[in-house]
Amino acid sequence: MTSLAWLMPAALTLGLMGLAGFLWALRSGQFEDLEGAGWRAIEDGEPTKTLSSQDESGDRHA
Amino acid sequence: MEAALIATPPLPSSEREKDAATTCETITLSVPDIVCGSCIRIIETALQSVRGVTAARANLALRRVTVMVRRQGDDIHPDASDLVSSLRRVGYTAAELIEGMDTAASRNRTGELIPRLGVAGFAAANIMLLSVSVWSGEVSDMDNSVRDLFHWVSALIALPAIAYAGQPFFRSALAALKAHRLNMDVPISLGVLLATGMSLFQTIRGSEQVYFDAATTLVFFLLIGRALDESMRVRARGAAENLLSLRAMTATVVSEDGTAKSLSARALTPGMRVMVAAGERIPGDGNVITGTSEIDESLITGETVPRTVAVGSHVHAGTVNGGGALLISITSSDENTLLAEIGRLMTAAEQSRGRYVRLADRAARFYAPAVHILGLLTFASWMIMGSGWELSLTHAIAVLIITCPCALALAVPAVQVAAMSRLFGRGIIVKAADGLERMSEVDCVVFDKTGTLTLAQITLIEDQSVDRAVLSRAASLAITSRHPYAQALVRSARDRHIAIEAIEDVQEVPGCGLSHVENDVEERLGSAQWVGANVDQNPEASLWYSSRDGELTGFRFIDQIRPDARETVQNLRSAGYQIELLSGDRPGAVERAASACEISQWRAALRPSEKLTRIGDLRAEGRKPLMVGDGLNDAPALAAGFASISPASAVDISQATADAVFQGDRLGSVIETMMVAQAARQMALQNFAIAIGYNLVFVPIAMLGHVTPLVAALAMSTSSIVVTANAVRLRTKKLRLKPARSAQ
Repeated sequence: MTSLAWLMPAALTLGLMGLAGFLWALRSGQFEDLEGAGWRAIEDGEPTKTLSSQDESGDRHA
Repeated sequence: MEAALIATPPLPSSEREKDAATTCETITLSVPDIVCGSCIRIIETALQSVRGVTAARANLALRRVTVMVRRQGDDIHPDASDLVSSLRRVGYTAAELIEGMDTAASRNRTGELIPRLGVAGFAAANIMLLSVSVWSGEVSDMDNSVRDLFHWVSALIALPAIAYAGQPFFRSALAALKAHRLNMDVPISLGVLLATGMSLFQTIRGSEQVYFDAATTLVFFLLIGRALDESMRVRARGAAENLLSLRAMTATVVSEDGTAKSLSARALTPGMRVMVAAGERIPGDGNVITGTSEIDESLITGETVPRTVAVGSHVHAGTVNGGGALLISITSSDENTLLAEIGRLMTAAEQSRGRYVRLADRAARFYAPAVHILGLLTFASWMIMGSGWELSLTHAIAVLIITCPCALALAVPAVQVAAMSRLFGRGIIVKAADGLERMSEVDCVVFDKTGTLTLAQITLIEDQSVDRAVLSRAASLAITSRHPYAQALVRSARDRHIAIEAIEDVQEVPGCGLSHVENDVEERLGSAQWVGANVDQNPEASLWYSSRDGELTGFRFIDQIRPDARETVQNLRSAGYQIELLSGDRPGAVERAASACEISQWRAALRPSEKLTRIGDLRAEGRKPLMVGDGLNDAPALAAGFASISPASAVDISQATADAVFQGDRLGSVIETMMVAQAARQMALQNFAIAIGYNLVFVPIAMLGHVTPLVAALAMSTSSIVVTANAVRLRTKKLRLKPARSAQ
C-alpha cells in the first residue's frame, strides 16, 4: 500500500499535464480550424513565406 | 482569432521596431470558396504578397481569412478592398466580414465553456478511477484508512473542479432565482452543491457514501450539452454572416473635385455623391442628381417591371440600376418612407410573435418543481421514520442526483446539433434552435413570389413563336445593354442558337430604349411609347422592337419559376399544408406564377403592411404559418410568421429576420428544413420519454435509499449515452414530410 504514496501523485501529475496541454492547445488556437490543419499537414508545396533555411527542403519536394 | 495567427512566422523584430507609429490591425475576410489545402496556400500566398500585409491565415472550417495589416499613421494601406481585389485576381470571391454583436458574445461564451469542459472531464475521469478502486475495494480487502485517503484525494480534485466548471450553472440558477423563476439550472446547481457539500461532510466523518464522482460527472455531461448548443449557434451565425458579408456592397464615391474612390456601402454618410454604373446595385438610399435610368426594384417591392427614374427621383438601397449611369446624392435612410414603414412594421411584428417557449424550457417548468418536491418528500419521509437528518439528507441527495436532468440537458442540444449539421450539409443555415423547433409545428406555408417562387432573373415567354430573324436582330441590339429585358432577349437568342451580330453605334436612350441608325433608317428596341407601338395590339408586352421597315414586334417577359417550385408546392399540399401566395407584384404576373405552381390562393399588389395583416389573420385563426420570402417588403411578414425562411439571395434585413436561410436555386430546401425540424422534434420527445422512463425506474429506488454512488454513476452515464446515441441517428435517418396537423 505504500506504493500508493507515490503512485497517486504520479498519476495525478500525468493527468494534470494532459489537462494543461489541452488548455495550452486551446489557448494557442489549435482548435480554430480542424479541417484546415489536416490539409496543411499534407500540403507539400512551397511554404507560403519562405525563409532562407527552408529553401532546400522546398526543392526536395518539387 | 488573433491566436490563430501565432502559427505564421512573425516579422523579424528589428523591422517592426523601425517605425514607432506603425500599428497592426486585423481584417477578417469571408471567403466562401475555400475548400481544400491548395486553396489555403493560394490565398495565403496571394495575400502575403500584398504590401503591408504581415500575416495571413486561412481558416477552412469557418471559410474565413484573418489578415494582419501594418498601418502607418493615417495612411490606410492596404484596406479591405485591396485585399478583396488581390484575392479576386487569383480567382476567389471575398468580402470583408461584418460581424454582429451577438456572435462575438456567443463566441466568448463558447471560449469560456471549453476550458471548463476540459477541467470537468479531467476531474470526472480521475475521480472515477479512484471511485472504481473504492467500489472494488468493498468486495475485497481495502481497509478504511485507504478508502478515506481515496475520498480525500477525490475531494481535493472535485472541490476546485466543481467551483470552476460549475459556474455557468450556478450563475444561471442565481439569475433565475433573482427573477423569481425556476429553470433547469436550479435543480442542477442544488443537486451538485448539496452532493458536494454532503460528500465533503461524509469524507470528514470517514463514511462510506461519497458522491464526488456523481457530482463531477454530472457537471461534465451537462457542460457537453451546453457546449454543443453554443458552438452550433456560433457556427450557424458565422455562416449566416459570411453570406451577408458577400452581399455587402461597395460604393464609388465621387468627391467635390471629381475624383472617385471606392468605399464600403456601410461607410456612406448623407450628402455623399455616389456613381452607379448600369447593372450595378445601388449602395444607399438617395436622390438622383444626374442621369435617367430604369431601376429594378424587385427585391424591395416584389415588382418585376423596372421603374423609370429621372433627376430628383428617390432610389432605394439594394435596387439594381438597369439603364444609364446615375449620380446619386445619399440621403439618410430615415427620410425614406418605405424603409421607415418597414422598420415600424418589423418592431410591431416582433412583439406580436411573442415569446416562444422552447421544448426543453417547457419540460423544465414541470421537471424542476417535481424534482424539488421529490427530494423534499424523501427527506421528510426518512425524517418521520426516525432515521436522523444525516441519512435522510443522503437519500434526498441521491434522489436529486438521480433525477438530475442529464438526459434533458444533453439530449435536446444533441438532437439539435445533429439536425442543424444535417441541414448545414445541404446549404441550409438554421440560425437558432428555437427557430428549428417552431419550424416543426408549422401547418401552412405562405410564399412570396418574386425571388422566392421565382428566380431573380426574368425570361422571355413564348420565345419559340418569335420569328428567328427578328429575335436575332433584336438580340444583336440588346447585347449592348445591361437592362434586364435586353439581357433576357440575349439569353433567349443564345438558347435557340440564334447568331447575334455585332452592331456598332447602338445608342442607349436612358428610360426609353436602344436605337440604331444605318443609312438614315432607324430601328428601335424599347418601351411601347418610344417605339411608337399601339399598346392594345399586345397589352402584356413590355418591350417592343421596330425594324427598319417599321414592323413592330412585342416581347413578353416573365420571371422564371424555380425549377422545383411546382413539385415543392404539390408535395406540401398533398401532405395537407395550406399554401398561399402573397406578392407585391402586379396581379397578372402573380396569377401566372400561381397557376404555374398550382397555387389557388393568391393575392397580388400587396403592401408590406397588408402581407403582415394576412399573416396576422392566419395566426388569429390559430394557424402556424411558415413565411418564405426574400424581399424587403417581406421582412415584416417574416418577422410575424410562426417560422420563416429566406433564400440566400434575399436582402440582408430579411436574411437577418428569417429563422433559416437556404442557398441555391432549389425551393425543395423548404421541405427539407421542415422534415428535419419535425424529425428533430420527434427525437427530442423520444429522448424525453427515455429520460422519464429512466426516472420511473430509478427514482423509487433512490427514494427507498438503495442508490449507492456506484448505481448513481452507472445510471447517469447510461441514460446520457442512450439519448445521445438516439440523437446521432438523425444525421443519417431517412425522412418523410409529416402531414399537417389540422388538414384544411
